[in-house]
Amino acid sequence: MSEAATVHDNPTGFSHQFEDLEQQREAGRLGMWVFLATEVLFFGGMFAAYTVYRSLHPMAFDIGSHLLDVRFGATNTAVLICSSLTMALAIRSAQTGKKKGTIIWWLVLTMLLGATFLFLKFRFEWYHDYIEHTIPGFGFHNLPQWGANAPQVQMFMCFYFFMTGLHALHMIVGIGVLAVLTGMAGRGKFTSQYFAPLEISGLYWHFVDIIWIFLFPLLYLAGGRYPH
Amino acid sequence: MSTTATIDHAPGAPAEPQINYLNARYGVRSWLLTLDHKRIGLLYLGTITVMFVVGGIAATMMRLNLLEPQGALVEPETYNKLFSTHGIVMVFFFLVPSIPATLGNFLIPLMIGARDVAFPKLNLLSWYIFATACCLMLYVVATGGVDTGWTFYTPYSSLHSHTDVFLAAMAVFIGGFSSILTGMNFVVTIHKMRAPGMTWFRLPLFIWAMYATSLIFVLATPVIAVTMFLLMLERVLHVGIFDPALGGDPLLFQHMFWFYSHPAVYIMILPSMGVISELITAFSRKKIFGYSFIAFSSLAIAVISFLVWGHHMFVSGQSVYAGLVFSVLSFLVAIPSAVKVFNWTATLYKGSISYEAPMLYALGFIGLFTIGGLTGLFLASLATDVHLNGTYFIVAHFHYIMVGGAVMALMGGLHFWWPKITGRLYPDLWARFAALVIFIGFNLTFFPQFILGYLGMPRRYAMYPAEFQALNVLSSAGASVLAVGYVIPVIYLIWSLRNGPIAGPNPWGAKGLEWTTQSPPLTENFVKTPIVTEEAYNYETAPEPEVARV
Amino acid sequence: MSDSTGHHASHATHEVHEHIVPVSTYVTIFVSLLILTALTTGMAWVDMGRWNLVVALVIAVCKALLVVLFFMHVKYNKGLSRIALVAAVFWLGLLITFTLSDELTRHWEINPLPWAGAILPMFRHLIF
Repeated sequence: MSEAATVHDNPTGFSHQFEDLEQQREAGRLGMWVFLATEVLFFGGMFAAYTVYRSLHPMAFDIGSHLLDVRFGATNTAVLICSSLTMALAIRSAQTGKKKGTIIWWLVLTMLLGATFLFLKFRFEWYHDYIEHTIPGFGFHNLPQWGANAPQVQMFMCFYFFMTGLHALHMIVGIGVLAVLTGMAGRGKFTSQYFAPLEISGLYWHFVDIIWIFLFPLLYLAGGRYPH
Repeated sequence: MSTTATIDHAPGAPAEPQINYLNARYGVRSWLLTLDHKRIGLLYLGTITVMFVVGGIAATMMRLNLLEPQGALVEPETYNKLFSTHGIVMVFFFLVPSIPATLGNFLIPLMIGARDVAFPKLNLLSWYIFATACCLMLYVVATGGVDTGWTFYTPYSSLHSHTDVFLAAMAVFIGGFSSILTGMNFVVTIHKMRAPGMTWFRLPLFIWAMYATSLIFVLATPVIAVTMFLLMLERVLHVGIFDPALGGDPLLFQHMFWFYSHPAVYIMILPSMGVISELITAFSRKKIFGYSFIAFSSLAIAVISFLVWGHHMFVSGQSVYAGLVFSVLSFLVAIPSAVKVFNWTATLYKGSISYEAPMLYALGFIGLFTIGGLTGLFLASLATDVHLNGTYFIVAHFHYIMVGGAVMALMGGLHFWWPKITGRLYPDLWARFAALVIFIGFNLTFFPQFILGYLGMPRRYAMYPAEFQALNVLSSAGASVLAVGYVIPVIYLIWSLRNGPIAGPNPWGAKGLEWTTQSPPLTENFVKTPIVTEEAYNYETAPEPEVARV
Repeated sequence: MSDSTGHHASHATHEVHEHIVPVSTYVTIFVSLLILTALTTGMAWVDMGRWNLVVALVIAVCKALLVVLFFMHVKYNKGLSRIALVAAVFWLGLLITFTLSDELTRHWEINPLPWAGAILPMFRHLIF
């Protein structure tokens, strides 16, 4: 029907280009996985650049790594892992037909954990770096003990801010998506047959967690924290 | 609608006007808020045509300037901005989206028997993202352009250029997301929405080509996005990972840039090859020779294209050992392309060949693409590339493939599917004439450039030694012929919208699901989901063409 | 490739069958992830020289696999999602490997072995 040819609200959740709900679900899931593949390469470009410079300047990157606070890094890792659990439970509660209050509870918890991550990062880590003049482009100050390594220490900090900044941007988008999902759950949109938006948003959220799982060791732990 | 009394009807055309995707809804909103893949394809066609004109104007000014050794038209600084504009606009805003976003969007659901793509709203969003990126780029051009070349090499682009690199990089960055969404949509559509009976090996080869292209879209485009993102950060912060003062490596930028940009050239040529497969079979009325070879060669090209990017960096200071590896792999990537050329030629053998305009474009493609591809082998060889890099030999090489290849295929495909898209036939005599003018103009423009490059004329130079003038004048003269050749189809194709004979469902008597439905198609493509029972290109069961063969 | 005959048409109320992961599984994975995080943090204080980075990355890969297989259901949904993920990681590997093949070999000296220079003249001598 030509009625389907323009943007309009779809109360049943079923889109007419598909044959049935299962095809729609499979297509949605494949689509999100393909999108995550693009994200692997998007972040991956920066990982590749980081790998190159780290191979060329291991000592300077080690010095840079020590400018970061492992306690915050580890705590934030734990926070994100918790948020992945709550996200998985949110999806599961929809899948098992729980009432909408349960779904909303898990989604809100996930958003709070995400917000906690961002709060710890911006208010403590980044603000501290700003005070200490270790943000490149914002009054970066070379310390004398870096010696000849100083330019590459600044290079490391460039990577730190670019990579965690891009990650934080993805988290903010993720929290926004979760807010939209919470609204949808509040309107009773999700049933045990239709919870695809939750599922594919969950894939995105877990992926952002995985990025951090790699960022933490590469940025905070790479050179080792033993005395040297 | 024109009155049926004064417009010709081709044999097989319906007597009364039908409801179709073009007249189902009227008004600007019905176009700007459409979810119909066919309308979105046409939105893209309009946008890329505008960008082609902008890039073409830049090229015109360049060729006019090169009429004289000391530069006839512009200062060298302006010339730098002209070739940069020409490259950026033509690569990112014309060629990369050209066939995929126009013919791909229009045809993929039709060819696989689906009602639409998997994600129509994302499809519309991808056009809006593309249109935004185009507007941003046009703004950059209007406010002075950039002078970094389309390759944006650092540290000039990141630290020293006084032009608006930030916004140009942002335009490319934004445009990249349009490609990513299109690629995602096509991958999911082809995997999940084929009609009953449409197995992978019954798909038209255009679909195989589009699938391979979509793989490249998805895997390569994010890397150019992040590269442009890093360039933008460095422009704003005045410090970054390509900054030599911090030990940044200019070659790292080149690695990241070419990781996308080499596969990008295959984004530009693979869909064209898919179109050619359709045209050759239709106009020799014969099953394609070596279907699975062509199908797998598309995938092979997509994969191997990611392994060769260093051949753009042979003389940049890259390690000799990496150069060796990239050189060998670059030879390898030529093989699947050659397989296709052999198979197309074998398809022609003992076929019932006719010479309508689409076929002329297809035959022209085979010849010109072969020349372009073979000259690529000169460049894949380390020893010869040392002399040819940075010369007009490279310019000629890639224009033979991009213009002699990709643009000819776009023209051929537009003509072939024009009756399906618009429900009208165009005047084939004018079409064949224009194809000939384009072929002649193209060769006059670019063949002399092979010679110029061999003789040592550098590229991206506003001035040149006096002994090169004759060839430059010949090239510029050819460009004017080529320009005329491009204008002629614009005229008769637009004319045909109101005055062309009304087409039937299958003017060419071709095989393919798109030809089993009315011209133009309904919004939902098929009245009933088709069920596929035969192999592709089974011309023994093909209907007779509705228009006389040439 | 899955779906060799294209999806058969069925009406829109077709039941969707999906594997439901027990809560206990999720919690087990969650605890494992926390333990691995503590492990990788603690290992940073152990002097293993160059191997610190390797150990950290191996642990990170394990954590990522747990998230991918269980939280993202890749263990339960066979097929294309696995291929998409593996392909993406493999392609990233191509970017890193080939770029490093340039960056790390740039300063390699070209030192032909003493006998290498004699090969071509020897051939010429033998043939002509």
